[in-house]
Amino acid sequence: MAEPVAEDSPHIVIENLRFRRGRKVVFEDLSMRIPRGQVTTVMGPSGSGKTTLLRLIGGQLRPDGGRIWVDGQEVARLSTRRLYALRKRMGMLFQSGALLTDLSVFENVAFPLREHTDLPEDVLRTLVLLKLEAVGLRSARDLDPASLSGGMARRVALARAIALDPDLIMYDEPFTGLDPITMGQIVTLIRRTNQSLGLTSVLVSHDVTEAMAISDHVVLIADGRAVDAGAPDDLRARASDWSAQFLEGRPDGPVPFHYPGDGYREDLLGVRERRDD
Amino acid sequence: MIDAIASLGRSSLNALVVFGRAFLFLLQVLASLDIVIRRFGLTVVQIYSVGVRSLLIIIVSGLFVGMVLGYQGYITLVNFGAAEALGGVVALSLVRELGPVVTALLFAGRAGSALTAELGLMKTTEQLSAMEMMAVNPYRRIFAPRFVAGFLSMPLLAAIFSAVGVMGGYIVGVGMLGVDSGAYFSQMQSVTDWNEDVLSGVIKSIVFGFVVTWIAVFQGFNAMPTSEGISRATTQTVVVSSLAILGLDFILTGLMFGAG
Ligand SMILES: Nc1ncnc2c1ncn2[C@@H]1O[C@H](COP(=O)(O)OP(=O)(O)OP(=O)(O)O)[C@@H](O)[C@H]1O
Ligand SMILES: [Mg+2]
Repeated sequence: MAEPVAEDSPHIVIENLRFRRGRKVVFEDLSMRIPRGQVTTVMGPSGSGKTTLLRLIGGQLRPDGGRIWVDGQEVARLSTRRLYALRKRMGMLFQSGALLTDLSVFENVAFPLREHTDLPEDVLRTLVLLKLEAVGLRSARDLDPASLSGGMARRVALARAIALDPDLIMYDEPFTGLDPITMGQIVTLIRRTNQSLGLTSVLVSHDVTEAMAISDHVVLIADGRAVDAGAPDDLRARASDWSAQFLEGRPDGPVPFHYPGDGYREDLLGVRERRDD
Repeated sequence: MIDAIASLGRSSLNALVVFGRAFLFLLQVLASLDIVIRRFGLTVVQIYSVGVRSLLIIIVSGLFVGMVLGYQGYITLVNFGAAEALGGVVALSLVRELGPVVTALLFAGRAGSALTAELGLMKTTEQLSAMEMMAVNPYRRIFAPRFVAGFLSMPLLAAIFSAVGVMGGYIVGVGMLGVDSGAYFSQMQSVTDWNEDVLSGVIKSIVFGFVVTWIAVFQGFNAMPTSEGISRATTQTVVVSSLAILGLDFILTGLMFGAG
């Protein structure tokens, strides 16, 4: 099943992905390829399903249709054991950091190592300190997650995500809510992690400037489809209607400002057209 | 009218769905129990936080309940000139009923609500998701040890409650009201039957421990990931557990004493 995968084959392939949340269609027909060893950013407006996409790739959600391959393995078809084996080679940074609140910073980074390896305590300590050093937080190791700032928490989460030396790392909105200095630190960290560990990085973001600056490859999604993809410069040069709206931050255009629903007038007047669902 | 029937139907359907989810959840937890043997340390930590931390409230309540029993029992018995039977009355009430039931109610309020809030918060802050993505199964790492800890702690807490209660009855009956000390204990020994009384109390407390922990852990797992969701789940744990304890107590008492 896990055939050897060619060096230059895409790390992740998504084909005709369909996914629904209740009645809301999140992905209609999404296809994309995420190249190995590069930084790829998936950009799209808020609510376009970026977080959902990462959860689908990680096998936490099942597609309603279409397929997702990671490293040549179809995620939705894997047995629990194989899925967990695949996840050991994936790191994921949650929007909130998602540190374990009852453990110290040190123990948070040590957590995946303790769960999946039988390393002697001194080796484990060295490894954890190494990872914390990489994110500049070696001296914060005894702190409680509750006493970290948002930026620090995200760096600890990054140290934890690379603890098992994964070959794929996914970042959910790594830039939101950070001051420019911290933002710069995170940008550098993502770039450096990608180079020094030679892994594939997938970012999900709506921060156009940072994301364009950091990525080798960009995919734009909207209305449940990938509307454009390519190197950042190509995208800017080509600029379809949609990309132009998004990249330049115009409020209205092909992407409507309003969440789809009843007409404004009907809503205000309290009359409601009967709709066939 | 039609609306009322429809909403009744809808809420019963919802209740069934929740019950189904709770049952599937239980099966998953039971299927993960091997972790408890493989890494007993995880369970020990939980026994500490679920069981040991409930000790104080259990001991204090047991003492007071025993003292009240000593008082009330004496007042009734002395009318029949049977005050020396006090030891038996106190012990039987505690071992058969009050020990398991009051302990379970306190346990639901103290440990159950804490479990629900802890797990609900872990869910809300995506800690459970993060664990899954680190290839750590939360059923094994989080739910199963907590479940076993609650299940093991309850009977022990109930036993402690009863033992302390007996001492409370002794303090009031013997110390304050002048019942003979030897009679208090010999009466207790002669009327309390191992199978009929002690064992049935132990069975009750095991069942209550199972149900309360199941409800508490499931409510945490099933909570809406918002602060309101957590507060609602915590309340639900206490309310549903309490009703379940009292209802089951009736059924178990009927089963164990009714037929005999
Ligand atoms: N648990 C859920 N239940 C129902 N609908 C959900 C749930 N989670 C997300 N959705 C819906 O799915 C859609 C995509 O959500 P998602 O969180 O993936 O968006 P996003 O692109 O990550 O947004 P943001 O940039 O704001 O983080 C949204 O419209 C949201 O309403
Ligand atoms: Mg998101």
